[in-house]
Amino acid sequence: MLEEPSEPGWLSEEVTTGTTIIAIEFDGGVVLGSDSRVSAGETVVNRVMNKLSLLHDKIYCALSGSAADAQTIAEMVNYQLDVHSIEVGEDPQVRSAASLVKNISYKYKEELSAHLIVAGWDKRGGGQVYVTLNGLLSRQPFAVGGSGSAYVYGFVDAEYRKAMSKEDCQQFVVNTLSLAMSRDGSSGGVAYLVTIDEKGAEEKCILGNELPTFYDQ
Amino acid sequence: MERRFMDSQIKGVSTGTTILAVTFNGGVIIGSDSRASIGGYYVSSKTINKLIQVHDRIFCCIAGSLADAQAVTKAAKFQISFHSIQMESPPLVKAAASVLRELCYNNKEELQAGFITAGWDRKKGPQVYTVALGGMLLSQPFTIGGSGSTYIYGYADAKYKPDMSKEECLQFATNALALAMGRDNVSGGVAHLVVITEEGVEHVVIPGDKLPKFHDE
Repeated sequence: MLEEPSEPGWLSEEVTTGTTIIAIEFDGGVVLGSDSRVSAGETVVNRVMNKLSLLHDKIYCALSGSAADAQTIAEMVNYQLDVHSIEVGEDPQVRSAASLVKNISYKYKEELSAHLIVAGWDKRGGGQVYVTLNGLLSRQPFAVGGSGSAYVYGFVDAEYRKAMSKEDCQQFVVNTLSLAMSRDGSSGGVAYLVTIDEKGAEEKCILGNELPTFYDQ
Repeated sequence: MERRFMDSQIKGVSTGTTILAVTFNGGVIIGSDSRASIGGYYVSSKTINKLIQVHDRIFCCIAGSLADAQAVTKAAKFQISFHSIQMESPPLVKAAASVLRELCYNNKEELQAGFITAGWDRKKGPQVYTVALGGMLLSQPFTIGGSGSTYIYGYADAKYKPDMSKEECLQFATNALALAMGRDNVSGGVAHLVVITEEGVEHVVIPGDKLPKFHDE
């Protein structure tokens, strides 16, 4: 059982953000959250990666799955959104950003294995959260994704209430991330939070020892 | 939804399932769903009882291959009643769990079943033991098991408190089962709960339509 591997895992294993990501809308904006662990097989290759990627001023996406695929999709959509917003002369809608992500995910569905949750604020629809798993596009009040999400489905189902305030949403996201990170081997590190509303996007980082603890911790 | 394939490749009828056992102040509650499936696509029984009484105040619940579990519990029941006659006193919960562990460990190549044993005895009061697939025995204040348990790790970690009252514990167990049954396609049916205390044993059966509902139902 204790064999020495011939070479370290990270030389040959694919780099994935086996992860926990979550996004939730409130009246007037959205909160996105993620952990910070990037693994290649059993090795953690980056313990402080920010998986909340900017697509536009008030639109962010949360990355999960293959790190390379997810980052590439985010960069491509960032570029396409910049062009689009210059063409229409105003800030893009969140739905447009989600559609662009969905188009890439669907067209290259066989080659890519990444799941992005797109969330943001626009003046037409307020705060919105979209899931783009496997090329579908669906708007939801909140969404969780990544390997760690399986462990917290019960928690989010039980705890989510409609019409939560911004602070309640932030606490909900932090609690969920903390629970998932403590159970999922591929999630961990620090928690990143982004709160987006009419005024802009505010990024926050919560260190591991400042996360809420639960029964057995 | 990306889900790691948690079930092992169980042949034949399996209790892809959700089981749990929780201690409270003065007793223990053991609970399960009631679905038996073949391969995750056919429900072979909607109303199976996975809570087996192995002695007056000791129950165990089964996850994994139904055939293996029934064979093991039958053998264990016999051994425990024989042991209890020899000792001229009710068996300890730990003794019952040990019997199951011996059977699981010595036959680990052929068997594919895991157990949770819970009960009350005079020496240590309410206890919960889990016997995992390879034969590990572990005592815990509460435990969850089966394929559906993945989804309620976050909920159980967040909501369990030591020394709950019987009503609080019933609510916790019912909610946890309802949440898992709502997300796991191989768990479902009715919720079976057994409350074991020094005074006796009480069965509670909650039909599907009386289970607690959460935000999206």
